Amino acid sequence: MTKYVGKPISRVDGVAKVTGKAKYAAEFKSPDLLYGWVISSDIAKGAITHIHTADALQVPGVVQVFTHENRPGLAWFDLSYKDQDAPPGSPFRPLHDAEVKYSGQPIALVVAETFELARYAASLIRVEYKVEEHATDLHANLSKARDPKLGVASLLKPPPPKPRGDFEKAFSEAPVQVSAKYVHSAEHHNPMEMFATTVVYEKKGKLTIYDKTQGAPNSQLYVSQVFGLPFKDVRVISSYVGGGFGSGLRPQYQLFLAVLAARQLKRSVRVSLTRQQMFTFGHRPATVQHISLGALNDGTLTAIRHDAIAETSQFEDYTEIVVNWSGMLYPAPNTKLSYKLVPLDVYTPLDMRAPGGVTGVPALECAIDELAHQAGIDPVELRLKNYTDRDMNSDLPYSSKELRECFRQGAERFGWSNRNPTPRSTRRGHTLIGWGMATGIWDATQGPARAEAVLTVNGKLRVSSATADIGTGTYTIMTQIAADTLGMPIEDVLFKLGDSDMPLAPIQGGSWTAATVGSAVKVACEDLGKKLFKMAQKMKNSPFANAKPDDIFFADAHIRLKNDPAIAVSLREIVGQNGGRAVSETSTSTPDFLEQRKYARSVHSAAFVEVEVDEDFGTVRVTRAVTAVAGGRILNPKTARSQILGGMVWGISKALEEESVLDHQFGRFMNHSLAEYHVPVNADIQDLDVIFVDESDTIVNPLGVKGLGEIGIIAMPAAIANAVFLATGKRVRELPITLDKLL
Amino acid sequence: MQTILSSETGARSQNVLPEKRSITLTINGLVHKLELAPWTTLLDALREYLQLTGTKKGCDHGQCGACTVLVDGKRINSCLTLAVMKEGSEITTIEGLANENGLHPLQTAFIEHDAYQCGYCTPGQICSAIGMINEGHAKTLQDIRELMSGNICRCGAYSNIVDALQEVMKIDSNETV
Amino acid sequence: MNNFSYSRPEDLNSALGELTKREGAKFIAGGTNLLDLMKENIERPSHLIDINHLGLNTIEATADGGLRLGALVTNADTAYHENVVTHYPLLSQAILAGASAQLRNMATNGGNLFQRTRCYYFYDLATPCNKREPGSGCGALRGYNRIHAILGTSDQNSETACIATHPSDMCVALAALEAVVRVTGPAGERIIPFADFHRLPGNEPWRDNTINPGELVTAIDLPPKGFSTNFAYIKLRDRTSYAFALVSVAVALEIENNRILDARVALGGVAHKPWRKPEVEATLIGQPVSEANFQAVAEALIDGAKGYGHNTFKIELAKRAIVRALQQAAKLEPTA
Repeated sequence: MTKYVGKPISRVDGVAKVTGKAKYAAEFKSPDLLYGWVISSDIAKGAITHIHTADALQVPGVVQVFTHENRPGLAWFDLSYKDQDAPPGSPFRPLHDAEVKYSGQPIALVVAETFELARYAASLIRVEYKVEEHATDLHANLSKARDPKLGVASLLKPPPPKPRGDFEKAFSEAPVQVSAKYVHSAEHHNPMEMFATTVVYEKKGKLTIYDKTQGAPNSQLYVSQVFGLPFKDVRVISSYVGGGFGSGLRPQYQLFLAVLAARQLKRSVRVSLTRQQMFTFGHRPATVQHISLGALNDGTLTAIRHDAIAETSQFEDYTEIVVNWSGMLYPAPNTKLSYKLVPLDVYTPLDMRAPGGVTGVPALECAIDELAHQAGIDPVELRLKNYTDRDMNSDLPYSSKELRECFRQGAERFGWSNRNPTPRSTRRGHTLIGWGMATGIWDATQGPARAEAVLTVNGKLRVSSATADIGTGTYTIMTQIAADTLGMPIEDVLFKLGDSDMPLAPIQGGSWTAATVGSAVKVACEDLGKKLFKMAQKMKNSPFANAKPDDIFFADAHIRLKNDPAIAVSLREIVGQNGGRAVSETSTSTPDFLEQRKYARSVHSAAFVEVEVDEDFGTVRVTRAVTAVAGGRILNPKTARSQILGGMVWGISKALEEESVLDHQFGRFMNHSLAEYHVPVNADIQDLDVIFVDESDTIVNPLGVKGLGEIGIIAMPAAIANAVFLATGKRVRELPITLDKLL
Repeated sequence: MQTILSSETGARSQNVLPEKRSITLTINGLVHKLELAPWTTLLDALREYLQLTGTKKGCDHGQCGACTVLVDGKRINSCLTLAVMKEGSEITTIEGLANENGLHPLQTAFIEHDAYQCGYCTPGQICSAIGMINEGHAKTLQDIRELMSGNICRCGAYSNIVDALQEVMKIDSNETV
Repeated sequence: MNNFSYSRPEDLNSALGELTKREGAKFIAGGTNLLDLMKENIERPSHLIDINHLGLNTIEATADGGLRLGALVTNADTAYHENVVTHYPLLSQAILAGASAQLRNMATNGGNLFQRTRCYYFYDLATPCNKREPGSGCGALRGYNRIHAILGTSDQNSETACIATHPSDMCVALAALEAVVRVTGPAGERIIPFADFHRLPGNEPWRDNTINPGELVTAIDLPPKGFSTNFAYIKLRDRTSYAFALVSVAVALEIENNRILDARVALGGVAHKPWRKPEVEATLIGQPVSEANFQAVAEALIDGAKGYGHNTFKIELAKRAIVRALQQAAKLEPTA
């Protein structure tokens, strides 16, 4: 009974988005609204010795300048500052004291009657610092690498598994060996919407907060703990989020500053960051990786070593899963994986689309390609040779894994069988052509979540959960699930999200929302259905008086008898019996941990890419790419395809364009604008194709979905780098592959 | 260790603020009278003073295209012009595209082709596309890609945006590459 | 952004008068670069004179058979102007290689000449920059200088060091076409040959050009010779569009029976101004079209280039781009 699930339904929030009616955090107005402008530190390490605010305060219309010197007393303990995505350590506290921990740190907030006044007054503030020597260079500080501290977050991000077999011996005996170093710089999420918070100061000091976040309840928790406010006085709303990619997984400092100012001034306050300030909080950490692979002459892998060293801040140990994938993808009997951190004077890194996955897997998949080339084996064949249906890290079978089918269908669509395996031997005018491929893998996880389903007196279905839609299509797929579960026409179903008043859902990230919230929506609708059925049975002359729950089904906004669908009662009629009140049910869905723990659960992909490289200039263009995904059940092929397309664009970006460059003289990211931090523009993107292979999975969650937010990006960078190798004969192991690396 | 002073970015003690002036802007066919200081950009005038928040601020520096509006039929970045400079012009924003007959064909095509994800760049993309069609220089898919490159979509919906434009502009896809 | 006042004169003389009268005043036309810089507190004019109502917005043929581009014609209108497309396609292509369609609809021809560098340090008030703050030093010299200059730099004295580049595409074509800039000011009208309009940093890196205080660019004159048969503009950058040049090359050739009669090569992205060496171009004159000749010219044009680390690749890249542009212009092979 899936009239909608599995169908390419257009987004239910589409009209709002194309007409400009969808409102984002900085777009809510209040008559008493004040504007805040953040001042950022110029230095990377040291202390503020003086902030001259007098000139700014003299400007008519400037209300206050908040600094560490005049901020109110706040929560004392680190624990209060920990949000749902906080890594082990002491969270950064804005305006806490005079100490400067990183360049770009917020050190003051100017609040004025208009945006322009705040911006102007900020230019009148002078800051004196005592400067200390900073360390921001990962490569110069590799000797300081140490094991990450463990904490609650380690549950979701387990450290590398213990070694298997004897890597050193197996590697030294391997007839085919590959050993290489892979490097990439920091990256910033740069969603199109800049971070902003509008705090509406309500009667009795209650706060309604419009925040850019990937989890309204997470922001609510943070504000409530830090400012010592009861939950009921803090409502956080984020109905529309202009892109997240992980940047909204933690409350960012504009939330803190806006709330602080609103509470102190007892007025509504908006704080929006500038694009430059979008480079002053979490980023994908720069990482250095070493990979060594040993194989037999026929390509059978015997030894894998994968070591990664990543940066973190001096105050928190941000970790990601970088090396574990090597043990999950390939069943080498001798495997040794390690992951270490170097604390630097930078802000704590932050999950960024496919965190760790798109760091580790591309390095591994480039190394595998190097091995295939060295062994003279087709890269797809080599991967098939080393295919596994078990995750060797946990020694558990995959709940489902149609990666083989991704290879087959992807290769066929791409025309892989016509590949010329000789590097630098295919030309088109001035350009060299190369084909490359790679594998992608990401976790298929599910968390607990709650949802409420309400049948209104008008017979409409209203479903809600405090999740987010950062562009992923949550609004749409939840509406589809709800409509199908209760057999409602989709236009009579409204799904709402992004409000801390709604039933609790976890932060939206890691590709788990479809599974997590989708399961909750399904359960809530089923529970509502049961309730409605009971009510229907109690109606006068109910045709269901003797029916069992298994005897009926929901369709066309009616409950119908399975063996005689003509016998039916409309849902509207049922709710009509409820004394003018709606019927509602709030339910919790919890993963079936007992069953799930018996399996490894992952989503897989294979990407095939053609690049064109100008032989003189080294400019690379991805002329076409195919990604085949084994992602379980596809709830909506239209929005699902968009998720993968977007991931592929991110893959192109990571491979060829994107990097945040630190100048270690100043310990500062220098290309802090969208003119100099390059992400793809329309002209960079040519022919992209997406395939979803059939994959049935009854373990991952009741819906059988695996999540698609990350998997689209993961295989692309290596596929591109491998294609560049075939085109040019040059291995570039440092991303992004900018033209200078190919000259 | 040393002590440094950050550069003083503004001239000090300029406490006489710029005089507000009465300006008249024609937006989506409606005449709006506003009291604005010269330092208000067209983008901020729309978003903060007229609550026309459909036009987005993605960088405030002309580097993303989210703020694209049409001025006298031409697409521009509203973040890089002052409101006072646009007196006497016809300004069209995303809010002015749909009419009593329903959505503009481009709006419909964006929905149909899923030519967005988070939706934040979308108003700019649509206004930019209208501007591009008005300009009349885009004949092929490659032309569209190049001439739409002033609108960044971080979600990566470019393929779908091109599909939507192709449909509305009735461009033959065989002309590609 | 600082505090400023605004006026909108209706004629040239009042505009010039206001500029002289008000200290710290600046003209604003398209505003695409000026407002960007004002938001970063890099430009802090006390007063803005909106010159968009002065006319100066036509493209007209000149008596000598050339073309006069009004200073206030937008870059887009110039690039798509029939006469420019037909007779000066090099200029058209260079303009269209720059910025975005939206920015080209706003930016004016006069304004394009005054674009300031995209140097990261110039743009970041937390770092030193001699161009922005004379005597403060140059952050780029030992910093992240990927986009910086390799020719004509100033790097000997820390108080005047500057390795910034001029960011324009249009100006590279104008340099190759030997356009003439018409300015008017308190001392009356004067014309500035394009090669003399922009300057190298020398000991005054804060000065981008040779215009005098109180002057306004009114037009850019294109000489009759448009090189509409043999020309090429190549722009190399970090993405396909909407990015500044790492290296760009404008080539204009006049060829008869495979002999070169006239040759111009201008480079963008490599120096504080569009880079030309007429004496090197002259070595091509009378020579047959050949790759060897083009290679030799590329070497000579880049002679003396100096890399600063991240930007050292530009030396080789520029040579290759020059050769390719010459080949394309000479139609040595079909354009890719």
